[in-house]
Amino acid sequence: MSFAKINDDILRTLRPPGVLYYAGLALALSALATGTAAFLHQAQTGLGVAGYEHPIFWGIYITDFVFWVGIAHSGTLISAVLFLFRAKWRTAVARASEAMTVFAVMTAGLFPIIHIGRPWFFYWLIPYPNERELWVNFRSPLIWDVFAITTYLTVSAMFLYLGLMPDIAAARDKVKDWRRPIYRFLSFGWLGTDRQWRHYTALYGFFAALATPLVISVHSVVSWDFAVSILPGWHSTIFAPYFVAGAIFSGLAMVITLLVPMRRIFRLEHYVTVHHFENLAKLMLATSLIVGYAYLTEFFIAWYSGSPFEQGTFFDRMFGQYRGYSWTMFACNVIIPLALFWKAVRTNLAVLFVISIFVNVGMWLERYVIIVTSLSHDFDPANWAGVYQPTWVEAAITVGSFGLFFTLFLLFVKNFPAVSITEMKETMDRSAEADPASAWPEPV
Amino acid sequence: MEILGIFDRGKTAAAATREILEGELGEVVSYSPVPDHALDQALHVSVSPVRVFVLVGGLLGCFLGFAFPIYTVLDWPMITGGKPLISIPPFVVIAFELTILLGAIGGMIGFLVLSGLPRVFGRPAPDPRFTNDMTGIAVTCARDHAAAVRACLERHEAVEIRG
Repeated sequence: MSFAKINDDILRTLRPPGVLYYAGLALALSALATGTAAFLHQAQTGLGVAGYEHPIFWGIYITDFVFWVGIAHSGTLISAVLFLFRAKWRTAVARASEAMTVFAVMTAGLFPIIHIGRPWFFYWLIPYPNERELWVNFRSPLIWDVFAITTYLTVSAMFLYLGLMPDIAAARDKVKDWRRPIYRFLSFGWLGTDRQWRHYTALYGFFAALATPLVISVHSVVSWDFAVSILPGWHSTIFAPYFVAGAIFSGLAMVITLLVPMRRIFRLEHYVTVHHFENLAKLMLATSLIVGYAYLTEFFIAWYSGSPFEQGTFFDRMFGQYRGYSWTMFACNVIIPLALFWKAVRTNLAVLFVISIFVNVGMWLERYVIIVTSLSHDFDPANWAGVYQPTWVEAAITVGSFGLFFTLFLLFVKNFPAVSITEMKETMDRSAEADPASAWPEPV
Repeated sequence: MEILGIFDRGKTAAAATREILEGELGEVVSYSPVPDHALDQALHVSVSPVRVFVLVGGLLGCFLGFAFPIYTVLDWPMITGGKPLISIPPFVVIAFELTILLGAIGGMIGFLVLSGLPRVFGRPAPDPRFTNDMTGIAVTCARDHAAAVRACLERHEAVEIRG
């Protein structure tokens, strides 16, 4: 393995794609078109086409919002937190995770807008001097969300782009077709001089240091959307760590869901090895255990609080009309991931892929269960009769969000290096310094 | 005049750089596909001032994060939920996020300014292999030092010498 081989192998992914890629892109675009049509229908008709019914006025859209913000988290964990811990194995999976972060936050950011009655006034969320002479309420967690999500999107996008800059320059110097001037423009004229590398490495470290507390703060802020209310099932001090662990758990599952086919389609087996997947699976197992512990703690708190409303909500969650969702969630997020204790499972990519799908489903259901069951069982027994039935519009918009996410991801991996060329070379360089006989680990 | 030495290993390029600088034969700019610490040491690279930009951006963000919400609640005083107008705990969230945001933006601006980027229409790198697998050192020297520089580059196994 040499620098030139790494360059060639990774830039090979930019060649014209095959049928499988186009089939995936067509599927994603169809889903996106379906969601867009449903949203236009809702915008024209009004929010009544969603299945909201008193007292449940947060439903699938907020579920989707929390789900997609959560998905974003593992990208930052891998790119920033593991960077600070000097975990070298992150190199192979960092780029795809970072891109996933940016696209997941972009998708998440649409849902509060879809959820509001007049989406064309979404900019009222932003504090600016206006003719109404009103300011936003900075004490509201919904405004905290605006700041947290905007900051997360901006910082993640800059982090991704910074890492991409030398790789785009490598693509610029390699490709000969019409994309060359585009790469030249996007590389910002990167030369790779000692001066540029000096500032680059400094800023990369700072971005990692800034993104680490940011990733913890973002899902904490999202959890406070719920926790600062007084609703039984939401008003809990464990929500912030519980949400952060859940976010990283779901994000890791999505990384595995994306990387297993990507590795196969782009023939990246030498770079994204089974060893990397095993490490991701270990992290997923650890976060699954934290999430399982949080679920049980919630029930303990409900029992120990002595509050009949809190106890009623949690009893209803597991044995009421939404029990199917709750038990499925528990199975997907706590029981099934226990299989990851076995190395044979962690190193079998097909099984790992299936488990990751279960976790994705389970984590979406977790948000649905938290939001809907708590709203449906508040302090007033007269409200308990309401049943939230999602409509086809909400289902179509959810499908559309997956379409948007996968469209962006597929376009990204075909037009930009899907594995960090620079970091791969750096890792190889350091391995060679430490032990010249084994300059590069053999693929598993 | 400028002489370019192209190396297939960062270590030999670093050794050549060290010798040229110690012999005061000229000034060196290096090109490499990855950050190279051996080259950094040879060039006596100092700590990047990007950190100052990050610090200033972060402090500005923290200040604005408190000052702006306080200004808005005083501009239109409206007591909600019996809470004091200036409620510091919720404003900490805004201040925290803006500290990170402006710190990162400040760092990015610092990086671009200090690195001389973007330079979309500027001169390309002297050799396209510098983003692939080769390390280069461009030596700016006086004409009477040119022979010594070339000899040094050859001694350190430069695979190609230009200029």
